[in-house]
Amino acid sequence: MYTLKNLTKQYPGKGRKVTALNDVTLDIPNGQMVAIQGPTGGGKSTLLQMLGALDRPTSGTIELDKSSLDKLGDKKLGGLRGKEIGFVFQGFNLIPTLTAQENVETALVPLGVPAAERKERAVKALESVGLGDRGDHRPAELSGGQQQRVAIARAIVKEPEVLLADEPTGNLDEETRDEIMDVLEGLWRERGLTLVIVTHDSAVARRAQRRLHIKQGKVREVS
Amino acid sequence: MFGTYLRRELLGRRRQTIIIAIGMALAIALVIIVNSVAAGVKNAQAEVLQSVYGVGTDITVTQPVSAPTTTGGDAAGGQGGQRFAFGGNDGTKSGTSRKVDSSRLSVGFGTNTLADSALAKVEATSGVTGASAVLSLTNTSFSGTLPDFSQGQQGGRDAQGGKSTQSGGTGGSSFSVNSFSVMGITPGGKAVGPIASTALAKGRTLTSSDKGDKVAVLDASYAKSKSLSVGGTLNIGGKDFTIVGTVKPTGSDSATASNVYIPLDVAQTLSSEANKVTTIYVSANSASDVDGLKASLQKTLPKATVSTQADLASSVSGSLGSASQLVSNLGTWLSVIVLAAAFLIAILFTISGVTRRTREFGTLKAIGWSNGRIVGQVAGESVVQGVIGGVVGVVVGLAGVFIVNVVSPTLTGGVSSGGIGGALADGARRAFGGGAGGGSAAPTGGTGGGFGGAGATGGTGFGGAARSAASSATTQVDLSAPITVWIIVIAVGLAIVGGLLAGAIGGWRASRLRPAEALRSVQ
Ligand SMILES: Nc1ncnc2c1ncn2[C@@H]1O[C@H](COP(=O)(O)OP(=O)(O)OP(=O)(O)O)[C@@H](O)[C@H]1O
Ligand SMILES: [Mg+2]
Repeated sequence: MYTLKNLTKQYPGKGRKVTALNDVTLDIPNGQMVAIQGPTGGGKSTLLQMLGALDRPTSGTIELDKSSLDKLGDKKLGGLRGKEIGFVFQGFNLIPTLTAQENVETALVPLGVPAAERKERAVKALESVGLGDRGDHRPAELSGGQQQRVAIARAIVKEPEVLLADEPTGNLDEETRDEIMDVLEGLWRERGLTLVIVTHDSAVARRAQRRLHIKQGKVREVS
Repeated sequence: MFGTYLRRELLGRRRQTIIIAIGMALAIALVIIVNSVAAGVKNAQAEVLQSVYGVGTDITVTQPVSAPTTTGGDAAGGQGGQRFAFGGNDGTKSGTSRKVDSSRLSVGFGTNTLADSALAKVEATSGVTGASAVLSLTNTSFSGTLPDFSQGQQGGRDAQGGKSTQSGGTGGSSFSVNSFSVMGITPGGKAVGPIASTALAKGRTLTSSDKGDKVAVLDASYAKSKSLSVGGTLNIGGKDFTIVGTVKPTGSDSATASNVYIPLDVAQTLSSEANKVTTIYVSANSASDVDGLKASLQKTLPKATVSTQADLASSVSGSLGSASQLVSNLGTWLSVIVLAAAFLIAILFTISGVTRRTREFGTLKAIGWSNGRIVGQVAGESVVQGVIGGVVGVVVGLAGVFIVNVVSPTLTGGVSSGGIGGALADGARRAFGGGAGGGSAAPTGGTGGGFGGAGATGGTGFGGAARSAASSATTQVDLSAPITVWIIVIAVGLAIVGGLLAGAIGGWRASRLRPAEALRSVQ
């Protein structure tokens, strides 16, 4: 359960500050699937970074299940990210020199999972996204859709409470987009995740339980 | 994961790995070769010094040559070099030329003497275990024919008159100059000094009963080259000496310190250097306090030059001297520069690698990797690159040292017999333009000792006089470059330090990346 109160995020820009999030107050209950839409530069990625404990707000508070993300130190935030939060990045962000399976395993490293178990869980995660047979391929040898599946497998392998996806289908054709959405939705249903998806695509947004719209740092509900 | 990730990175980014490793390998190889050759040159220097100053000699005491105050035509002073004065009545006149035969034993030019009473003072100094005094002399014999003085002038006059009379032997003058080194030693004396690094080859050595006798011990190789053998005689300073034995060097040198050894008292009498010696060799009680002993000896003998082995090492000349300078100057600087360049290459490549991988590290931080783990990963990669370079460098370096040892260049090293005063003596000799070279093995080898002919004959110059005398102090040493485990350990250590340095700097850069920024930067 996310609780955001009067959350503001400003970036020091040239001359004047950029307000990416402006006095946002918002609750996201556990297990909800939320889509965030809005024009470019509206603050979607910034909000996702706040939810993902990657950055701290300028003012206001944000809590995840009683942990104050605005107050914790870097180490604690890092630990929280490692345990509770799964990320799927817009640009896949796989490590080019590692194989698909090793990429998935990197998510288990901060948790101190022993090597054998790490391997086993990575193989399972890859199977759950339909890539069981591609574990030893490197990212460059996979298609965009396959790379995004690896990224999803890496995000869910640690069985997080929250899965945050920033434009997970942004680079993909419609067919692949639907496949990826099927995978994400399936995982959400299966594991009871809190799933937050940032998207430009209304077809993607329509699949969510709840839709938010951000424009100039202001959040509003879409019904 | 650390190992897998490391391996994947090094193999996946092979070009960077290879460049960093090659830079490191070059530097390490150079460090090994320079170090090893430097050690070899040092050994060679020690060997040269040993052959001249003897095993166990820690300190030598000599008398510095006082700088000449007047530059006249005459080589004035006690160390006036060899001068053969051929007066008009010298030699035997035969037709147009005169036959001359002269042999002379004297202290080499550029060498000064000190009273032999100094030996007792040295022996009385605490910290001295043994001391011996020697008188280093050069025997120069001159024989041949000189053109008749008056005849030569006659010819000139004829030429002036337009009538050219070519008279047979006038211009031609055949001389033979023979020069060898003679060392006066105390028979049966202390085993310190040059005699300590000789071993008996044939016959017997000088014993205390030889005092006052005209007996000589020869360097074996000199005896062989002059076809002299035990039982024969040798003319020294115009007197016939009985050859009682020959000695050979104990080290790997080709010859001992002197061509001929005779009793000290006989040497002093024949060279008119009563109660004089040229060098006192001292062995110290403890090797660690040689400098302290040097200071107290200097106090006892304020006018003398007191030199330790370390002082003497700088007086080694010849190609060995040049090699030593080359290694210590060029070699050291080259390895420092290449090492710095290799470190710089490693650091720059690591930094650029971290910059290129900003997104990668941002992603890892976003999924919970700690700073420490990322720094460790970057540092680990650099260290392994350094170690690969180090190992390749050791192999290349060993190969280089092996080649040096196979080629084994021969170096010649000489030591000025006048010790520290040698350089001055050399300069003085040039200024005078006369005197037959003396026994000092100056870097030039003593060639071209202009023979300042006396009297009106003037200006008959010839070289080679000092050659044989000089060679006695010049030693040939085959350079061998030793490899010690330490050199290898230090070289690999340097490679690891280079890797760590690059890794620390690269890791520090990576640790400063904030995850949100890192993710954004490339997008
Ligand atoms: N690190 C930063 N420094 C300065 N300004 C920033 C920074 N990050 C974001 N901004 C600004 O904050 C605003 C919101 O950015 P954000 O990335 O959240 O937009 P977005 O909604 O994700 O846009 P897009 O759909 O293009 O990804 C933008 O005006 C952006 O320029
Ligand atoms: Mg965005």
